[in-house]
Amino acid sequence: MLILRLKVICAMSGVAYRGESDLSNYGLMMSEKRNNHEQYWRKNLLYLGILLGVWFTVSFGCGVLFVDYLDTIRIAGFKVGFWFAQQGAIYVFVVIIFVYVYLMNRLDKTYNVDEDDH
Amino acid sequence: MDVRAWTFVMIGLSFALYIGVAIWARAGSTSEFYIAGGQVPPVLNGMATAADWMSAASFISMAGLISFMGRDGSVYLMGWTGGYVLLALLIAPYLRKFGKYTVPDFIGERYYSKTARVVAVVCAIFISFTYVAGQMRGVGIVFSRFLDVDINTGVIVGMGIVFFYAVLGGMKGITYTQVAQYCVLIFAYLVPAIFISLMMTGNAFPQLGFGGQLADGSGTFLLDKLDSLSTDLGFQAYTAGSKETLNTFCITAALMVGTAGLPHVIVRFYTVPKVAAARISAGWALVFIALLYTTAPAVAAFVRTNLLTTIPETRYEEAPIWFKNWESTGLITFDDKNGDGHIQYVGPNSPIQNELTIDRDIMVLANPEIARLPNWVVGLVAAGGLAAALSTAAGLLLVISTSIAHDLLKKCIRPDISEHAELTTARVTAGIAVCVAGYFGINPPGFVAQVVAFAFGLAAASFFPAIILGVFSKRMNKYGAITGMIFGITSTAGYIVYFKFLHPELNTVEHWWFGISPEGIGTLGMILNFVISLLVSSLTPEPSAEIRALVDRIRIPSDSPPPHELSA
Repeated sequence: MLILRLKVICAMSGVAYRGESDLSNYGLMMSEKRNNHEQYWRKNLLYLGILLGVWFTVSFGCGVLFVDYLDTIRIAGFKVGFWFAQQGAIYVFVVIIFVYVYLMNRLDKTYNVDEDDH
Repeated sequence: MDVRAWTFVMIGLSFALYIGVAIWARAGSTSEFYIAGGQVPPVLNGMATAADWMSAASFISMAGLISFMGRDGSVYLMGWTGGYVLLALLIAPYLRKFGKYTVPDFIGERYYSKTARVVAVVCAIFISFTYVAGQMRGVGIVFSRFLDVDINTGVIVGMGIVFFYAVLGGMKGITYTQVAQYCVLIFAYLVPAIFISLMMTGNAFPQLGFGGQLADGSGTFLLDKLDSLSTDLGFQAYTAGSKETLNTFCITAALMVGTAGLPHVIVRFYTVPKVAAARISAGWALVFIALLYTTAPAVAAFVRTNLLTTIPETRYEEAPIWFKNWESTGLITFDDKNGDGHIQYVGPNSPIQNELTIDRDIMVLANPEIARLPNWVVGLVAAGGLAAALSTAAGLLLVISTSIAHDLLKKCIRPDISEHAELTTARVTAGIAVCVAGYFGINPPGFVAQVVAFAFGLAAASFFPAIILGVFSKRMNKYGAITGMIFGITSTAGYIVYFKFLHPELNTVEHWWFGISPEGIGTLGMILNFVISLLVSSLTPEPSAEIRALVDRIRIPSDSPPPHELSA
């Protein structure tokens, strides 16, 4: 029973089951799994912090707080602040989400918490 | 064929399409009715979300609003797209992992409390009803302008269509009709925009033509021309802002956070199969939305330039045909104050008197006529406006019916109800909600249009903090969440009601708190909600081990429960 349970836990946490010797490591594995999840969550929070920083900079930064300063610079027919407020911020938002998707899919695989393997 | 015949053809064809799709995608179980069985492919969910989200306000009103506001209009552009970043990064994946049917489901279980669930249900219904009445009104306006039927007939026809596919198909029917509606509305938006961009700047991409040179060979940039036209006529320069920075900041934040907190948008992410699908589907939604939202400011600048070059100082008898058409609807009014027979259209900084008022809502609808596009394009734009209004109305009605059938009846009043009875209740409630929405569409309380904009502030001040804290703080307990939601929504609603309905005469900068207008007060309400929630929860017992384990589960994508094995 215990071995079966262990196999299930191994499968769930993505750790390879290496035979009966793992039995003695049972407690260790459980705490490793928890550790694993905590690390995953910390990385996730780090990504969120960086991406939301970009999000804030292009919208509230370029489009609201520093818009007048940026408007003194011109590219083609656009004043840069105006462009960020009416076009640029939106393009960056799209990029942010796709970067997030890429980073998180990679992170899910690294920490074996993605949905495909289970 | 004339405009009217083309409009009938376009609207008729699009309605036939929606009904066909609805019959194909009928719902058989509560899971299909509430969340389309959790099996919608991410790209299609993105399209459906885009149609769900972009309402009559986005399609009909937004470009017009921006063309009259210039840079100040940017709050809508950033506010209504930036919210998707919050949704994708902070909400969608976790709520999908949680994997139930509604937003109150999450609030009720995460905060282990019926009271929390009921507070959430009340917020959801309040937000959704104010929003849906505005959509029905939009349907009526399109019908009355293009088909010469009165607004009430238009509303009733619209109700009939929504009734058919929302009641029959539930979320499944709504999802697939929204996909069709997205295609109709984006095509209807882009075709005239591309034509008008070619006409003004010679560039087929409105987003580029916006910053390009005029096609008249003068080498002047469009925006420079527009700035000089505006200032010459006594308006503020188009690319300059007039709002206080703090106020602009707060309005943008309220719209963003409100977008991320709107229940009819959040619930769409329950419909995809996996957590990874929820993330990417938010990305697709924003791509599809951005297609319209980056075009809208370009259209706004084009029509404004066109308007300012063709109308001022024109002899009234020589005014273009579109001018006369819209004048007959009362949405353009000309009063020849100095009796010289010319139209004086000037801004507040001009020494002479303005004689022309133009309703902002007509700019997108009048666009094809202003650009002298073929009649079928006019018909197409009418069909697009209806698609935008109907798709949003359907999504909102579903939130209302789910809240009542699932959250109130099944989860609070009669937990032993059978699935069949629950499904019937959901259908009946959807039917009743359609009728109530239609009633408000026909007899709009004078404040509907204003309240729609405030729905964002209310969502920002109620749901957003409760959801975020529910995922990102294991310590947050029910006492904190409930008091936070109640204080957030009542303070925001109170501020809005005070300035908009009780004392509209005081609604000026010097009376506002910190110079924040009622449109932006949701941001303060949200901060208040966060502060109160954290404070109260730190003084009250922490949640049980099971709840903390639930939060742990939500944070990790693996072991998603298979999407809803319930069946009828």
